[in-house]
Amino acid sequence: MGLVDDVRADGIGGLSHNAITGKLEDLINWSRSRSSWPASFGLACCAIEMMATGAAHYDISRFGMEVFRASPRQADIMIVAGRVSQKMAPVLRQVYDQMMEPKWVISMGVCASSGGMFNNYALVQGVDQIVPVDVYAPGCPPTPETLIHAIETLHQKIEDGEIMKRRAETGAGANLHVEEIASTSVPVLLGTK
Amino acid sequence: MSEHDPATEMPADESAEADEPTGPEPELLHGCIVAESLGQTVVHPTREQFLDLMKALADDGYAMIVDLCGVDYLDHMSRPLPDGVERERFEVVVNMLDITHRRRIRVRVQVPEAEPTVASLCDLHPGAEAYEREAYDMFGIVFDDHPDLTRILMPEDWIGHPLRKDYDAGRIPVQFKGAHA
Amino acid sequence: MTAPTDVNVERTTAGEQEMKSRSETTARELMRELGAVLRMSEAEAAQLGDLPDDPDEDQTMILNMGPQHPSTHGVLRLMLELQGETVLRCKPIIGYLHTGMEKTGEQLTYMQGGTNVTRMDYLSPFNNELAFSMATEQLLGIADDIPERAVWMRMLLSELNRMSSHLLFMATNGMDLGAVSMMIYGWREREEVLRFFQKVTGLRMNHNFIRPGGLAADLPPGWRDDVLRLLDIIPERLEEYDILMTGQPIWRERLQGVGVITPDEAIALGASGPILRSTGVAWDLRRDLPYLRYDEMDFDVIVGSYGDAYDRYAIRLNEIRESMKIVRQILDRMPEGDYRIQDKKVTPPPRARIDESMEALIHHFKIFTEGFKVPEGEVYVGIESPRGEIGCYIASDGSSTPYRMHMRAPSFANIQCLPHMMRGGLVADAVAVISSVDPVLGDVDR
Repeated sequence: MGLVDDVRADGIGGLSHNAITGKLEDLINWSRSRSSWPASFGLACCAIEMMATGAAHYDISRFGMEVFRASPRQADIMIVAGRVSQKMAPVLRQVYDQMMEPKWVISMGVCASSGGMFNNYALVQGVDQIVPVDVYAPGCPPTPETLIHAIETLHQKIEDGEIMKRRAETGAGANLHVEEIASTSVPVLLGTK
Repeated sequence: MSEHDPATEMPADESAEADEPTGPEPELLHGCIVAESLGQTVVHPTREQFLDLMKALADDGYAMIVDLCGVDYLDHMSRPLPDGVERERFEVVVNMLDITHRRRIRVRVQVPEAEPTVASLCDLHPGAEAYEREAYDMFGIVFDDHPDLTRILMPEDWIGHPLRKDYDAGRIPVQFKGAHA
Repeated sequence: MTAPTDVNVERTTAGEQEMKSRSETTARELMRELGAVLRMSEAEAAQLGDLPDDPDEDQTMILNMGPQHPSTHGVLRLMLELQGETVLRCKPIIGYLHTGMEKTGEQLTYMQGGTNVTRMDYLSPFNNELAFSMATEQLLGIADDIPERAVWMRMLLSELNRMSSHLLFMATNGMDLGAVSMMIYGWREREEVLRFFQKVTGLRMNHNFIRPGGLAADLPPGWRDDVLRLLDIIPERLEEYDILMTGQPIWRERLQGVGVITPDEAIALGASGPILRSTGVAWDLRRDLPYLRYDEMDFDVIVGSYGDAYDRYAIRLNEIRESMKIVRQILDRMPEGDYRIQDKKVTPPPRARIDESMEALIHHFKIFTEGFKVPEGEVYVGIESPRGEIGCYIASDGSSTPYRMHMRAPSFANIQCLPHMMRGGLVADAVAVISSVDPVLGDVDR
């Protein structure tokens, strides 16, 4: 049957939408978006904001992402947080290659997206020269709200299902740009007395 | 009181140890020319005097090397230097700290471009190892008897010494198109 | 001196013993084990993978830790030579975050330089900016004319930054040793401090707020209440950390006696900050070579005795308390006045004046495009950051950009201590050691 051949060829993601498999595909995409685990690739200052996003106040655990997997084999999203130097570029590519499909890349911060304020010999001017990027989050560093906005944009695209097809066709990333959201400065008292 | 410059806390007779003030002759500290720069003592040894000066300073109490860096004066050869100091293209600048007496001192060695070698301080101060590797990486200054003189910041097979003035910054011209709203 | 005849004692015939002069003391005598540093180039290490299979059982193994690793505090790569689980030698390989900041610093004006240096030690950005600004002010000759309020504001922000950096140390140290909930607790307090920073500077991190001449803006109204709120919350949270970690037997087992470094080694390697203080050397630049108004502040310098990781943890925990003490004194004594020097050549005019006065517009334009010119000279300024001595060496050629800007990064020297601390320990102790040294790789690689 065509269905079995599709799954044999491309795995579960190769299911083409029809009345029988439509619901299954939605279920799979829904579960992928709700439980995408990031590979810890914190490099510089953005890593601190990424850790802050994982902490109690901004809490990406509500989006299913609090487990930063150290091993890329177990990760879905690579959040490149920080500036990528010439020496680090091969390492970045190697970690990206070790991740299993389906995988996505969020380029966090201006240094990862474009080289940032360091337009010089030492940095790769944009991590999209090495890996295909799906979402670019601007900011130096992006506030945790911006990072959550970027993550949620990616999750929305995963849930819609379109993002899986573009990788098969062109190999390029989704190239979504999100806006920066300024952080609020209202103090929040956390924890109990 | 104003922001205190830490170096002005030195005892006043510090540079009078080996003073030989005979007319136009410059002040000497352990046989090397010494000067003041914005309230901080700076010693200018020649390359030959460098290691002996460092040993003498270590005996004086300057036990910690705080910083060792290189400077490339290719675009600014006319920098102010005391009389008697032969100016070269590179300089190795060593900042030292005396914990017991709470004072700092700076040592500036002139290193010629044709033969950019200078004695290594690793045997006397093991902490200079990483700094000397960085100076080698960034400027190409070779330190004799360094235990492991390889590149530290750039990849090991990188060609060129980035902080030299004739090494381009590597700016990629950026054209700012209409940014996303 | 005659020895009792019935005691079997060997006495030396060499006479009175004298201490060797420092100039004759070589590295081999200063360090406990000079061979703790693995001297193998990366190319050689890469070729080790081509060794034939079926190795000898006693052969030591060279294992790579990092650069992408959850516990190496950033992109630090360690080549460990292991015998079983014991670390024999180690080589820290850095450069994975090298950003060419010193080269970029030569292209940016002194006003823009703050944006560059603040990203070096990204956990204590105010300290980087402070070192750079102080060095620039020394070159300009205005170091004595900075207004009082500006100096006190700088001190306030510096101390709050020390608190937030040490809180982050608590968090990452806990997580590295397994107390994962500490990560969440540490960040909770840090959020409070970062919110204050955001209220004052507009950014949570990398503020570019301390600039040559003063600061970028004044403290917002209501800042006193915010700081008082911080000082109310944090002490009891520190008590919680004491209960959670300090007295716990597992915590003590994991940290006491781990990562020991001797005072001679620490000074010889150029280590500073909590590492030097943990060995017993009571050296704190705020007290010994004071800058800003630290000589008028009443605070203690916390010193350890054993030079191990537990001492460093305890030092940092108590330094948070000392910083709070200093902040309280600053709150009481903060003077009124300008937040930046009123020298037209250095500080831009207030924005409202630009509409009124042509001269103000021209000054603003010149300062922000060309930058102010700094007289020729060279200077080194060192201050106490949470990690140790951070210094800025600027050589100026009279133009509006630094000719050579070099930052003395504390973590660069502190990382040299790693092989000597890890020798003979287990791999799990290696994680504890790195965490106790608290390196920031942005500082190391610049």
